[in-house]
Amino acid sequence: MSEGVEISRVSVDFGRFRAVDNVSVDIRPGEFFSFLGPSGCGKTTILRAISGFLEPTEGSISIGGRPMRGIGPNKRPTALIFQNLALFPLMNVWENISFGLKVRGIDKAERRRRAEDLLRIVDLPDAAHKMIAQLSGGQKQRIAIARALAVEPKVMLLDEPLSALDLKLRQHMRSELRAIQERTKVTFIYITHDQNEALAMSDRVGVMSKGRLQQVDTPERIYNDPVNGFVASFVGENSILEGRIQQLDRSQPCFVTADGAIACVAGPDLTNAARTKVYIRPETIKIGDEQVNTLPVVVNSVIFEGNVVSVIGRTESGAHLTSQFTNRPGLMLPSVGEQIKFTFAADAAKVLKVE
Amino acid sequence: MSDFVRRYGWGLSAILVTLTAFWLLALVWVPYSVMIEKSFRLYLPVSEIGGPSDRYTLANYLSLFDMSASSEFLGLMVPIAVQVFLITVFYSCGVTIICFALAYPAAYFLAKKAAPAQIPTLFLMLAIPLFVSEMLRTFAWFIILAYQGPLNALLDAVGLSKVRWLSGYNGIIIGMVYTYILFMFFPIYNSLTALDNNQIEAAKDLGARSWQAHLNVIMPHAKPGISSGATMVFMFAVGSVLVPTLLGSPNSRWFTEIIIRSMFEGQDWNSAAAYAFLLLLVCLLFVSLVMKLFRVNLADITR
Ligand SMILES: Nc1ncnc2c1ncn2[C@@H]1O[C@H](COP(=O)(O)OP(=O)(O)OP(=O)(O)O)[C@@H](O)[C@H]1O
Ligand SMILES: [Mg+2]
Repeated sequence: MSEGVEISRVSVDFGRFRAVDNVSVDIRPGEFFSFLGPSGCGKTTILRAISGFLEPTEGSISIGGRPMRGIGPNKRPTALIFQNLALFPLMNVWENISFGLKVRGIDKAERRRRAEDLLRIVDLPDAAHKMIAQLSGGQKQRIAIARALAVEPKVMLLDEPLSALDLKLRQHMRSELRAIQERTKVTFIYITHDQNEALAMSDRVGVMSKGRLQQVDTPERIYNDPVNGFVASFVGENSILEGRIQQLDRSQPCFVTADGAIACVAGPDLTNAARTKVYIRPETIKIGDEQVNTLPVVVNSVIFEGNVVSVIGRTESGAHLTSQFTNRPGLMLPSVGEQIKFTFAADAAKVLKVE
Repeated sequence: MSDFVRRYGWGLSAILVTLTAFWLLALVWVPYSVMIEKSFRLYLPVSEIGGPSDRYTLANYLSLFDMSASSEFLGLMVPIAVQVFLITVFYSCGVTIICFALAYPAAYFLAKKAAPAQIPTLFLMLAIPLFVSEMLRTFAWFIILAYQGPLNALLDAVGLSKVRWLSGYNGIIIGMVYTYILFMFFPIYNSLTALDNNQIEAAKDLGARSWQAHLNVIMPHAKPGISSGATMVFMFAVGSVLVPTLLGSPNSRWFTEIIIRSMFEGQDWNSAAAYAFLLLLVCLLFVSLVMKLFRVNLADITR
C-alpha cells in the first residue's frame, strides 16, 4: 500500500555549490516524516531528488527497495505537492484532480467517479465544476492534495504546502493533512521551516542545516534530546550560557561558566575542557532554589502572554536566562529589578557541541 | 483615460492622443474609405467620371466570378480568380502550419530549456536576419534555391541528386516560412515565458509523458500566442506580394498577383480595390472561423 524511501549518502551539487551533503535516512512505509530546516538548507533539493526532477550527484535513493536512478518523475510512485501548488489554471477542479488518470488513459466516466470520491475525501464535494481561480487558499490546498492522491502514490512529497495560508487555516490544515495521511496510509514526506508544524504532525523529524542532516528522531526526542546546538536552538527556545565542559569522564559532568559551575548532562561529540555552550529550555527553569543548580538573577522583564508567563533574569556576568511557566489564579509575579533565584535540574542543562 | 493623464500630464497626453488620432484617421481610415468608395464605382475614362454611367455598382466585385475564364479546382469548375484565391488560402495555411511546427519547439526551448546566459546570444541570432530588408532576404533565397545555386551544389557534392526547388509552390513556401516565422515565434515565446515551470513539472510528476504535458498543459497555455502568431503569419502570407513574385515559378499563382495586375497593368484601381477588400473580408472570415473551430476542438481535447 505504501512504500518506504531509502536515502543513502545522497549529495547534490549545483556547480561547485553543495546544496545537499551526504544525507542518509531511512523513511519507513506509512510514516509521516518531516524535513525541518531554515530557508536555503536544501530541503526542496532533497524532495526534487526523491521525485526525480534531479539526480543526486552522489549516493542513491530507493523507493520500496527499488533504486530510482534513471527513472523519470512520471514513472516514480511519488506525487509532489509544490510550494505554490501548481494547479492547472485552465482546467476546472475535477479536470485538475483527474489529470493523472487521464494521462494514464483511464476513460472519462471512471475519471469523473474517482474525482468525485476524492473531492469527498478532501471535504469539497460540490467543487467539481469550479475553476481554480474561484477557490480560496485552503480549498486550493485540498484540491492539490486530491490531485496528488488521485494517482495513488506510494509516497507523497509536500513542499511547505501550508506556508501561504494564514495561521488559523494552517492549524486546521495540519490536522486535516494528518488525518488524510492516517486514512490513506501513504508515506508522507513533508518539508517545512516551521518547527511547530514539524513537531505537531510528524512521526519523525529530520533537522537539516546547510545541506546536512543534523538529527533524525521523534518530535519528543528532537525537542528533549537535541544532539547539537543547532538543533537545540532551531527547535524551541533556550537560555544559552557559554563556558567549558569539565569532568566529562565522571558520572556528573560540570559546566564552568562566568557565573559558576553548573551540574549538567553532556551531549555527544564533546571533549573535556572544550569551550562550548549550555542550552536550558525556559520551561525547565523555576523561580526558587530547590534544584541542584541555583543562580541569583535580577529580573530584567516580565512578559505576560495570557496562558504563559516569561520572566527574564540577568545573571551577575550579564547573561540572560528565561523562566517560563503557565499562568494560574493567584500567581505571584516578581517585579522588574527584584533580586530572585532561578533554579533548574542537572538534566535540564544540556551541554552540546555548537554546530 | 484619467490614469493616462495622471501619468503623462495634460500637455503630453494631448499630443499623444492627437498623433494617434491623426494616424488612425489620416493614414488608415481616410485612404481605406476612399478605396472602399472607389471599389463600388466603375473604372471609367476621365470624361465619363461624374457622368450618367458613374454610379455605385457591384460590378467590380462580380468581375472576379467571371466564368468565362474558369479552371478546375478539386474537380469543380470555378472562375479562375476563385481558384487562385483558394490556392492562396490553401498554401497560406500550409505556411502557417509549417511556421508553427518550427517555431513552437524553438520557442519552447528558448523559454524553458536554454540557460539564461545563452538567451541574449540566441535572440540576437534570431533577430539579425530581420535587419536585412525583406527584398534582399528573398533574393538571397532565390540565389540559394536556384537550380545552379549553392544548395544544389551542396547536394551534388554529397552525392545526392539536384532538386528543382523553385518549381511549383516550393519556393514560395520556403521563402514565406523564412520571412514570417518570427511572427509566429515571438508571440509563442512570450506566452511560454509566462508559464510557471512548476506547471510542467506537476504534469510530469502526475505521470504525463512529454507530449502529454505539451498537449494538455503547455500548448493550452500558449494558445493566445499560437493563435495571434498564426493569424499574423496567415494574413501576411495571403497578402504577400514580394515572395510570390520573386520565388514563384511559371506555374504558381498568388491572389495578390491578380490585384497587382489590375492595378498596374490595367490601371484599374477600382477593381483592384474591390479584389483587395474581398480578400481581406474573406480572410478575416476564414481566420475567425478557424479560431472558433480551434477553440472548440482544443477545449474538447483537454476535457
Ligand atoms: N537550480 C539551482 N541552481 C543553483 N543553486 C540552486 C539551485 N536550486 C537550489 N539552489 C541552491 O541550493 C540551496 C538549497 O536550495 P533549496 O531550494 O533546496 O532550499 P530550501 O531548503 O528548500 O529553502 P526554502 O525553505 O527557502 O524553500 C540554496 O542555497 C539554493 O540557492
Ligand atoms: Mg524550498
